[in-house]
Amino acid sequence: MYPPRFEYEAPDTVAEAVGLLAEGHGSAKVLAGGQSLIPMMKTRFASPEMLVDINGISDLEYHRRDADGSIRVGALCRHATLEQSQVLADHQPTMAAASALVADPIVRNRGTLVGSLCHADPQGDWAAVMASLGASVIAQGPTGERVIPVQEFAVGPFQNALAYDEIAVAAVVPPPKGKPEGGYLKMERRVGDFATAGVAVSLDRSAGGVARAGIALTGVGPRTIVAEEAAAILVERGLDPDSIAEAARAAAGAAQPKTDHRGTAEYKRHLVEVFTSRILKRIAGSSEEAA
Amino acid sequence: MGSLFEVVPADTQDEVPRRRVTVTVNGTPMSAVIETRLLLVHLLRQAFKLTGTHMGCDTTHCGACTVLFDGKPVKSCTMLAVQADGHEITTVEGLAGPSELHPIQEGFKEEHGLQCGFCTPGMMLSAKALLDRNPDPDEDEIRWALSGNLCRCTGYQNIVKSVQWAARKMNPQQGQEVSE
Repeated sequence: MYPPRFEYEAPDTVAEAVGLLAEGHGSAKVLAGGQSLIPMMKTRFASPEMLVDINGISDLEYHRRDADGSIRVGALCRHATLEQSQVLADHQPTMAAASALVADPIVRNRGTLVGSLCHADPQGDWAAVMASLGASVIAQGPTGERVIPVQEFAVGPFQNALAYDEIAVAAVVPPPKGKPEGGYLKMERRVGDFATAGVAVSLDRSAGGVARAGIALTGVGPRTIVAEEAAAILVERGLDPDSIAEAARAAAGAAQPKTDHRGTAEYKRHLVEVFTSRILKRIAGSSEEAA
Repeated sequence: MGSLFEVVPADTQDEVPRRRVTVTVNGTPMSAVIETRLLLVHLLRQAFKLTGTHMGCDTTHCGACTVLFDGKPVKSCTMLAVQADGHEITTVEGLAGPSELHPIQEGFKEEHGLQCGFCTPGMMLSAKALLDRNPDPDEDEIRWALSGNLCRCTGYQNIVKSVQWAARKMNPQQGQEVSE
């Protein structure tokens, strides 16, 4: 399959890229990893008149932990880089867990976290992970930057909140309010398939309690679902067998799954409960061992 | 265009966006003038006549079209040829020397790592990237590294053995316990 024809530009700076997008008035699209955009163009779900390839903007190829403990991922940081990242292994367990489960190893060499957020697929892994962490997207336009919380960034399936002359230059995870713990689990029929269901859990633990909790669900609704009630149970009551069971039930209750070729709605809801409980039990178990 | 039509001079021709690209393929710089929408797999197979790279699913799933892009496996059906300008590509044709097979190719021959052979070039290039990074992988690491390459003859057992064979050949002092 050939994509439709398009003009191709590969600028060296974000400012040039923004300029090209502004000139395009909505007919231009940013090409980063291309692992979703190119298939969409081949199947004519997308047919931009211009591609602005940002792969030459080396300033965007980074991820780092800043002095305040926040984690910043540049728009060209590939999934594979995050999978091998010592920064995530040491400081951000939910992202570390998810980075190895996105798509397959070959796609991970090209695809990017920020691109995945921009693609705004309700089955995208990173959207749930970053929502559970309360992360934001940094958008850069002609007049400067603005910060868009991840939950507001996906405005609908495959629709993001960027203006036509804005580029998502980074995603930022705020500093933790304690020791960050968490995990990501998903059921996939085979490597590289979309999630039948996925659960991202991130907790900030302090003084034996839970200072902050985020739970978000992949592939069980028209958009990434943030299970606020489940998270609130953990903050109020900490981690014990009862609170874990109740939070897992609340997460399953927040899911809005539909029966499809990947499984029935009941099955997917069950997966959400089991995955939530499994991650929370592991966290509770590991902190008991440490104590 | 503000409406559904635009009156233009009769001799107007649509301008087709094109680019000149130079790609180092298996160590040799190769150039072509291409439409910007040409995929990398098409550049390799149709322009450069390197048909060892196979086009399988064409939907980013199967990994048959895997090539190494600056040393890392990528699906050449999911990259634009124009993105390879100035970069290095290794295809299966770049594995063997003039008179002998690459140890990975030997391994696939010795351990019967292929039946129909369609997935084999992609498998071998993913295996090469793995062994370049990790000369002595265990079975799980091999299966993990190859998990983006699908074999529909279901020959995974022998494919894993082939990669283990190659690892032993390339690093004789390592992996002794595997050779029994």
